[in-house]
Amino acid sequence: MCHHGDVSAPSPVEVEPDLSSDEMTVVATPWVTIVWNDPVNLMSYVTYVFQKYFGYNKKKAEKLMLEVHQDGKSVVSTGSREEMERDVQAMHEYGLWATLSRSE
Amino acid sequence: MSAFTRHRRSGLVIANFTGFEADLLRSLASQLVELLRNEEAVPHGQDPFETLMDFSGPTAEPEDPVLARLFPTAYAEDEEAASEFRRFTEATLRDGKAAAACVIIDGLEEAGLPPQLEEDGMMIDVELDRPTAETWMRSFTDLRLALATRLGVEQDDDAYWESLPDEDPRAQAHDIYDWVGYLQETLVRALA
Repeated sequence: MCHHGDVSAPSPVEVEPDLSSDEMTVVATPWVTIVWNDPVNLMSYVTYVFQKYFGYNKKKAEKLMLEVHQDGKSVVSTGSREEMERDVQAMHEYGLWATLSRSE
Repeated sequence: MSAFTRHRRSGLVIANFTGFEADLLRSLASQLVELLRNEEAVPHGQDPFETLMDFSGPTAEPEDPVLARLFPTAYAEDEEAASEFRRFTEATLRDGKAAAACVIIDGLEEAGLPPQLEEDGMMIDVELDRPTAETWMRSFTDLRLALATRLGVEQDDDAYWESLPDEDPRAQAHDIYDWVGYLQETLVRALA
């Protein structure tokens, strides 16, 4: 049943780690990736994915995870439409429920 | 109950499964592979030439609820963009998830799980390097999403599942769902 192909992990995007959220809003960034709450994914796993894929530190990853859990959704990344499509695809690889839309 | 831990000296992520547990994990992973590979991603027409020439991916949400959850609609309010996104991503995502489930199956068999489990008291010890452990972790999510979708798991519904009589097959399936969740939790901790 299983052929032996390469299993590649979702590759982390390069994010400027020291770019604060205030500076981010200055850049013209019309699209966002939204992760939605689901009753299945573990809080620890969601935090791990945000750290691993986006390169966020633990504090920021936990904050986003709690937003997803408590508010039902959270904007986890901002950028061009192409970048957000990449992020959404990666979230689906990790089994998170993600959508993209124009930033409001 | 078995759990994942990180071996201090080697850094490998290790777990010791009973033969029964390993066989159950393999069975879940195999079912996921079957589901991902068997339900046609692209409904083909009757014309054999047309079928051969159709390289495009699917554009509509899968009918199976498990597949619909594994491959969610990326644009909530733009059907056309959602179809395009699906056409370009779903086949890759399917292959990736099937390959990840296969890594679990192969790992268990390489650790000594025979094709047919017959012997009692067998233990299957797995040792995973970090990338392999991350693949297992990711695939556990897919297995849990599949089980949860079939069961109809909702937020904070533990009391409901606990109220079911032990002999209810849904209670038994939910116990397995909980078990895979416990395994995943220990795996995340071993990797963090």
